[in-house]
Amino acid sequence: MKQSKIGSWIAFIIGTLYFIVPLIGTFEFSMRMKRGEYSFEAYRVVFSDPNFQQTFLYSTLMGLITIVIGVVLVVPTAYFIQLRLPRLRPVVEFITLLPLVMPAIVIVFGYLRLYNSSSWIPLTANARATDLLLAFSYVTLALPYMYRAVETGMRAIDVRTLTEAAEVLGAKLPTILFKVIFPNVRVAILSGAFLTFAIVIGEFTMASLLNRPAFGPYLQLIGANRAYEPSALAIIAFLITWACMGLINVFGQARQMKRST
Amino acid sequence: MAFLEINEVRKQFSANIVVKGFNLGIEGGEFLSLLGPSGCGKTTVLRMVAGFESPTSGTIRIDGKDVTNLRPNQRNVGMVFQAYALFPNMTVAENVAFGLKVAKRPASEIKSRVDEMLQMIKLPHLADRYPYQCSGGQQQRVALARALAQKPKVLLLDEPLSALDAKIRVSLREEIRALQKGLGITTIFVTHDQEEALSMSDRIVVMNEGRAEQVGTPFEIYNHPQTPFVANFVGTLSVLKGKVLDAASGRIQIGKSEIVASRKLFQANAGDTCSVALRPEAAVLENGHAAPTGHNRLAGVIDDVSFLGSVVRVRVKIDDNAISLDTFNNPSAVPPQPGAPVVVSFTPNDVLVLDGSR
Amino acid sequence: MTATVDMTPPLPAEPGPVPDRSSAPKNLAVGQKLWAWLGVAPFFVFALMFLLLPTVYLLVGAFQDADGHFTLQNLADLFTPTILSAYWISIKVSVASALVGAVIGFFLAYAVVLGGLPAWLRPTLMTFSGVASQFAGLPLAFSFLATLGRTGLVTVLLRDLFGFNLYGTGFNLLSFWGLTLTYLYFQIPLMVLILTPALDGLKKEWGEAAQVLGASQKQYWTMVAMPILFPSLLGATLLLFANSFGAIATAYALTGSSLNIVTILLYAQIRGDVLHNQNLGYALALGMILITGLSNGTYIWLRGRAERWMR
Repeated sequence: MKQSKIGSWIAFIIGTLYFIVPLIGTFEFSMRMKRGEYSFEAYRVVFSDPNFQQTFLYSTLMGLITIVIGVVLVVPTAYFIQLRLPRLRPVVEFITLLPLVMPAIVIVFGYLRLYNSSSWIPLTANARATDLLLAFSYVTLALPYMYRAVETGMRAIDVRTLTEAAEVLGAKLPTILFKVIFPNVRVAILSGAFLTFAIVIGEFTMASLLNRPAFGPYLQLIGANRAYEPSALAIIAFLITWACMGLINVFGQARQMKRST
Repeated sequence: MAFLEINEVRKQFSANIVVKGFNLGIEGGEFLSLLGPSGCGKTTVLRMVAGFESPTSGTIRIDGKDVTNLRPNQRNVGMVFQAYALFPNMTVAENVAFGLKVAKRPASEIKSRVDEMLQMIKLPHLADRYPYQCSGGQQQRVALARALAQKPKVLLLDEPLSALDAKIRVSLREEIRALQKGLGITTIFVTHDQEEALSMSDRIVVMNEGRAEQVGTPFEIYNHPQTPFVANFVGTLSVLKGKVLDAASGRIQIGKSEIVASRKLFQANAGDTCSVALRPEAAVLENGHAAPTGHNRLAGVIDDVSFLGSVVRVRVKIDDNAISLDTFNNPSAVPPQPGAPVVVSFTPNDVLVLDGSR
Repeated sequence: MTATVDMTPPLPAEPGPVPDRSSAPKNLAVGQKLWAWLGVAPFFVFALMFLLLPTVYLLVGAFQDADGHFTLQNLADLFTPTILSAYWISIKVSVASALVGAVIGFFLAYAVVLGGLPAWLRPTLMTFSGVASQFAGLPLAFSFLATLGRTGLVTVLLRDLFGFNLYGTGFNLLSFWGLTLTYLYFQIPLMVLILTPALDGLKKEWGEAAQVLGASQKQYWTMVAMPILFPSLLGATLLLFANSFGAIATAYALTGSSLNIVTILLYAQIRGDVLHNQNLGYALALGMILITGLSNGTYIWLRGRAERWMR
């Protein structure tokens, strides 16, 4: 198809402008804190704010916990479904699609009603338990992506043949899972992990409704009360997201290169 | 003037010359195959006839008209692709009708033509099916019907059978040839499978590295290959290495014996090494009766015997060389035994000289 | 608020039938199955506790009154002006951002896949789309405020360089169109991510076959390419709609309670029972689930149809 390329270039340039200009605008705004000159003052204020440090740490920790829980749930499931219980696949797929169908606010609303202090599993009774509930809600949010990433990775390495080869060599199930399967889907797990991290760091709705000191509610507080710091935070958030996605790509490339050797 | 003329066509992609100085005249109603290995330029030549690529230089004429600068949708050629390329959003009938719809033919004409084409490929019951509901062989037949619906001047087929199972390939091959003969449409068929080319074509063009190595009927290409490439590419050969004794009379030394080749060694001098080749059906095992005078005879030992059904393939070691020859299976005779000493004979005319002959 | 993005490639076609493993010794096969069930049990327990039960609880609660008796009153109460207008605004914003996002996303994806641009632009666009589709929520709101707010960079530049008073024209970032414009920042990339594989699936041979059969470019697009792409296009637009409908954080930071969309209403209700009726919150949630469920369900069905055609 020999198309005129001008239209394509116009579309691309307009698209680029729309996406780049807000970033430039945000960065420029964030530098305006000191009257009359450009400076990184807003960033300095943000980084030295103890609330920033605490909430960022909290969300990072939450992210890691979410990743661990997610991996523990997803990897054995994906493995056994592919290997021994293929008929359950449609059920599992439906489950992993549910969080995409239901808005996050509805999900956390359900948790609040079902697991509050007067229910039989009082997960909001104290701070630690609520943290656990928050982690579970993050796992729910990240589930579709984590499962899809791991399942694709397992498909690519043909778990059935690997398992049979290991069995013939005398390995039992735990050995197979930890020494054979896990290392080979490490890259898929990592890409799912980075995506999870990006989701958790910026999440607002669930953390706010569950009243936990996460990064999202902190952002909202700053946004409501300060002028320049929100832009600095936006740039920081953007860089973190970019880093996560970039790392997914890097590991994806590494896997492709390993394949070709 | 031929019906389809390709004159001095050259195609260059950046620094890569893919087709070099290609000349060909195809008669009306002829079935011509472009045969060659991957990358030899045969598909590029076909695509230039279709109009998807423009020649870097040279012209293409169809029925007297210069089409070199025309777009594919102005040339009135029909094309069948390797991957069928049926439109997935349309039924079989709608696919076949597509060209007629585009040309804004009246609905009644479209309907009757589509019915006619579906009858021709013997699939009228599939009219309302979608491509994904049809087998590969069926899809390719529909693609053929779609290409022929508008009565194009030339039919182009780009390795149409490569994606199909072996059995379907053979039956579809015959069907395509029968259809083509019945319609009398000029056809170019691209393939890398020599059996397809040999069995279907009126003429074959053997291509290599962008050039036409030889043009001829299947008989000519197989029995009188003009270059070593053609000899090697079409059919199987046994190659013997020897030394020229006398170019004028065609005497060559093979191992400890001497043979004569009828086809003269024009550029060879006495003492040159050369390679000669034999088709498997040309060599014969002498069974006690010596061959007539004038035949070449080489003594050797049977190395291996393969039973291939109707054909028994025997490999005979002759000093440092080996000859593979085919004999018909004979249930009432004792098959040759490995290790037995035998004499292989063949006529001087059977000898294909690969080096040093024109 | 996270955007629902399909980062990983679409599911490959179903693998072939599972070979019969019954040739393994009977007790070995049973033991293997047992371990398999144990291995997937945590997942199902989790799904039950944190996906299925909460949803069911909300759905059941929507049909109950304060004393737990069955009632349809909550559903009836949804049809009050405040709530209806909330749904209506949500739907309007979602339709607007979905349609505009779909059109722009289509042209961008087309430009990069089929438009003849240099090959290195495509991976750049893909990576950026992956990032941008996740860059939603509060940071996005802050960004647009910093750019198009009253003292934002673009507003100021337009005033100083072109003498153009953006806010004088009645434009306000904190409004329906301002929110839609902001939503586009993650809607367009989402469209690009979904549509690019679909455009890849447009086989070159279809275009060539159409050409050789006499079709012009326009005829090819109207008779072949667009019909083939239609399920993917429609499905992706529906996904964008549901994505926007369920979004809250961006709106919360940008328009607060000045633009009364359903998610904000539900948020306020959860926080402080502003509707003075617990179960009405469930009904709100039910309405949301129905709308996004229908939209996403249709998307998934359309995606299945499109994949089947492409076999």
